Amino acid sequence: MTHVMLKGLTRRFDDVIAVNNLNLEVESGELIAFLGPSGCGKTTTLRMITGLLLPSEGDVQFDGKSMVAVPTEKRGAVMVFQKHLLFPTMDVARNVGFGLKMAGISKKEIDRRVSEMLELVHLPGFETRRPHELSGGQQQRIALARALIVRPNVLLLDEPLANLDANLRLEMRELIRTIQREMNITSIFVTHDQEEAVMLADRIALMFDGVLQQFDVPKAFYERPNSAEVAHFFRNDNFLAGTRRGDCVETGLGSLAILPDHVTQPDGKVVVTVRPEDIYLAPTSDENLIHVKVLAQVYMGTYKQVQLDVDGNKWLAHGPADLDIREGDTIPIQLPKTHIWLLPPANGK
Amino acid sequence: MQRMFRWIAIIAIVLGVALPVIPQIIWSLAHRWLFPSLLPTEWSMSSWEYVFSPSSRVVEGFMNSLEIAVFVCILSILVGLPAARAIALNDFKGKGIIEWLLMVPIIVPGIVSTLGIHQLFIRLHLTNTFIGVSLVHLIPCIPYMVLVMVSVFSNYGTELEDTARTLGAGPIRVFLNVTLPGILPGLMVATMFTFLISWGQYITTVLIGGGTIVTLPVVLFPFITGINYSNAAAISLVFVAPAILVLIFTSRQLGQDSAVMGGFGRL
Repeated sequence: MTHVMLKGLTRRFDDVIAVNNLNLEVESGELIAFLGPSGCGKTTTLRMITGLLLPSEGDVQFDGKSMVAVPTEKRGAVMVFQKHLLFPTMDVARNVGFGLKMAGISKKEIDRRVSEMLELVHLPGFETRRPHELSGGQQQRIALARALIVRPNVLLLDEPLANLDANLRLEMRELIRTIQREMNITSIFVTHDQEEAVMLADRIALMFDGVLQQFDVPKAFYERPNSAEVAHFFRNDNFLAGTRRGDCVETGLGSLAILPDHVTQPDGKVVVTVRPEDIYLAPTSDENLIHVKVLAQVYMGTYKQVQLDVDGNKWLAHGPADLDIREGDTIPIQLPKTHIWLLPPANGK
Repeated sequence: MQRMFRWIAIIAIVLGVALPVIPQIIWSLAHRWLFPSLLPTEWSMSSWEYVFSPSSRVVEGFMNSLEIAVFVCILSILVGLPAARAIALNDFKGKGIIEWLLMVPIIVPGIVSTLGIHQLFIRLHLTNTFIGVSLVHLIPCIPYMVLVMVSVFSNYGTELEDTARTLGAGPIRVFLNVTLPGILPGLMVATMFTFLISWGQYITTVLIGGGTIVTLPVVLFPFITGINYSNAAAISLVFVAPAILVLIFTSRQLGQDSAVMGGFGRL
């Protein structure tokens, strides 16, 4: 149980800024996802937390104590890498017991805790197996056991599910979540998959190009994105320029009513957005009714995805699977005011 | 098809390695072997008695060669291992030049560089010494050590070491517990190469050793140009024995598509 604080954390490689002025606070016992496209600085941040990489500027604090001068092996921040998971020259027992051996624990105690830990990751009796005899999923679980056995201050996972097939991912996700809750270990994992982050994390830190975009609970990334870029990363490309005046927004398609207490953008130029699944393709009232042209439709099995022309912008909307519309039709749709969110105006518009 | 290549390879090895040794064995046991006899007409152990007698200096040369080769192996591990690791895992200014410099001894004939070094070694009082000969052997050995280990290290990566660090192992324990066991097969092959290169050095030993440091090639050389084929054959067999042992010992490593041989793609 460790409280982790990153203060103005910056890392430069020659002229490239990999991580730029990152400020972030992780509560003890929390499970955090660093989310972003590859090369956004999330793994670099992880390495700075472990001490494998030193920050160019800023501070990493565990429970209020600066860790910058503390060498990796003394931090108790254990990292599980994506590749090269297990020590190939050691059997499973020696792999899992490695951290305890380094801590000078007795052989007998190590053996006991190793078998306990193998039980926890559902691989009892695997002590004498060699790494190359194990499947990818089993290796992953052994690597997790090896990290957890030392009861780390912080557990860091680099793309823990990336190399697993769909079924194993689900299983591994459950396992990580359960054990993390049970042992109450402050954990941070890196992923580029937003679904994975949403399903697993208590809070998500979304990073682009080394800059933290938004740090919030998963729900917020759907309901209250900070910017059009954040909305886009969470599969929302429905944008419409407008001007907010009090409790309505003037747009090219007329005035839209909003909930003034729900939105945070001040009066002036804004971008209106509604998530595809929140648009009513079968309107229930006259409020915020707009008429738009159907550009295309795709049957998705459980729902129908419709592409719409909203004042020159391409929008997506999800309707019932049996929705009866044709391409080229102009249909009325409703933008429920409870689901209208306002983004800051895009640069240069 | 693959079976056929396998057989071709085996036959080539037998023809190339084993066959030349057979006449040597016969020669070493021959007392009288004149044209057109297919086999010697008289046999004797006198050559072997000579080899093991102090006057031939073969045993002395063997021990000197062995000591120097082992010492050169230790030196080239001390120098080559850190260099290989730095080249394999880091990017730094002038890396290309350093890589090239490390390969230069393969390109430049040993006699050329040794002549230059000779002057320097005289001034440093390193000529006619064990250390001096070992140092000059190091020059042709380093490239092979570095070449093999660069490919071993780049294949090995740093993730396992990093993992060990985060699990509480300091740099020394990481090296002993994780890195060393991981690179050991490659290191063994590289050391064998080093051993054999030092073992086979003649010109450099003569120039720097100046006749004071007598190694096995130095003992052997006059016999090759001499007329006593039997003695030359017996000494040659003593000389080639370690090479054949090493070949048998490392064949398992060399046979696989292992990282060990990857480095030679760079040549």
